[in-house]
Amino acid sequence: MTAKSDGADLAAIGPSDLFLAFFKIGIQGFGGVLPWARRVLVEERRWFTEDEFLDAWGLAQALPGGNIINLSLGFGLRCAGPLGALAGFCGLTLAPFAIMVGLGILYTRFGQMPGVDGVLRGVACAGAGLVVATGLRFSASPRMRSPLALFAGAAFVLSALVKWPLALVLLVLTPLSWWYCWLRLQ
Amino acid sequence: MNWDLALRLAAELAQMSLFAVGGATSIYPDLHRRTVEINGWVSDAQFAEMVGLSQAAPGPNMLVVSLIGWKIAGFPGALAAFIGMCAPSSLLVYGLSRFWERHRERRWNRSLTAALGPIAIGLTLASGYLVTLGAGGSTAAFVLIGITALATLLTKMHPIWFIGLGALAGLLGWV
Repeated sequence: MTAKSDGADLAAIGPSDLFLAFFKIGIQGFGGVLPWARRVLVEERRWFTEDEFLDAWGLAQALPGGNIINLSLGFGLRCAGPLGALAGFCGLTLAPFAIMVGLGILYTRFGQMPGVDGVLRGVACAGAGLVVATGLRFSASPRMRSPLALFAGAAFVLSALVKWPLALVLLVLTPLSWWYCWLRLQ
Repeated sequence: MNWDLALRLAAELAQMSLFAVGGATSIYPDLHRRTVEINGWVSDAQFAEMVGLSQAAPGPNMLVVSLIGWKIAGFPGALAAFIGMCAPSSLLVYGLSRFWERHRERRWNRSLTAALGPIAIGLTLASGYLVTLGAGGSTAAFVLIGITALATLLTKMHPIWFIGLGALAGLLGWV
């Protein structure tokens, strides 16, 4: 996590690197892709620092569509242009699409499969644990030791406890947070 | 015949695509309304089962639309649903990303990036909290969630082990 902005490295990431990295995220991404994307992109490839990944994800989830799908498009474009965006997107969605088709075949043929309910519940629990760990890792960001932590706290309360839809949380908090950051940046 | 139905499905999903801020969880209510309530393509129970299946399967949860598409119209349905759901938002995001890259050094851009990060932290914590409440129906489930979170944070163990452990615990009826 000592690495700083890696503008030089990004140019060396080609479409095939992007395809492979996002393919790995897609095919491993049980119980939500975010923890796996962070693992592959930050820990394994070191293409992002923790905070850069947080920034990229923060932007991706504020736009319509799947969060990591958006991240694959934006990051792919940044590294390798239009072909990079396409490579990231296809890498991420190819295997999961094939898996959905496979599940669809099984599902329409067998309907309810014995034991499946339990397995789904168990996988959902492990997936929940991964998301919790990712949230706690994000919380170690230096920004949580600044007044910006107030916006993180507000987002948690509004989303988890008040149960506002995400779009509303973003609509209310983003202008305030943006205004604060704008003033601080000079 | 199937392609006809597939196109109608794609048209329904394309109308949701640009409003799907927050990904899959944000689309479930509207997806339910369009596929179950308005068109009667799948039943209530089938919808719930397919959402569960897709959440446990690897990959973006958004791909639940392909599973539903398959159920409705076979392969054409799966493909059309994927394109209908992903193409409009992805094209928009692609366009915005190009604009974003051109202005990366501007003050509005840097301050907006800095502004979204903390909100994303809060939202991830919220999502962890909500999925924990949703998944943790029993003490054993909470223990499994806790073990997974702690071991992921404190050890170098690959998370796939915990997915396997969860699947096994579920199969044996522990959670």
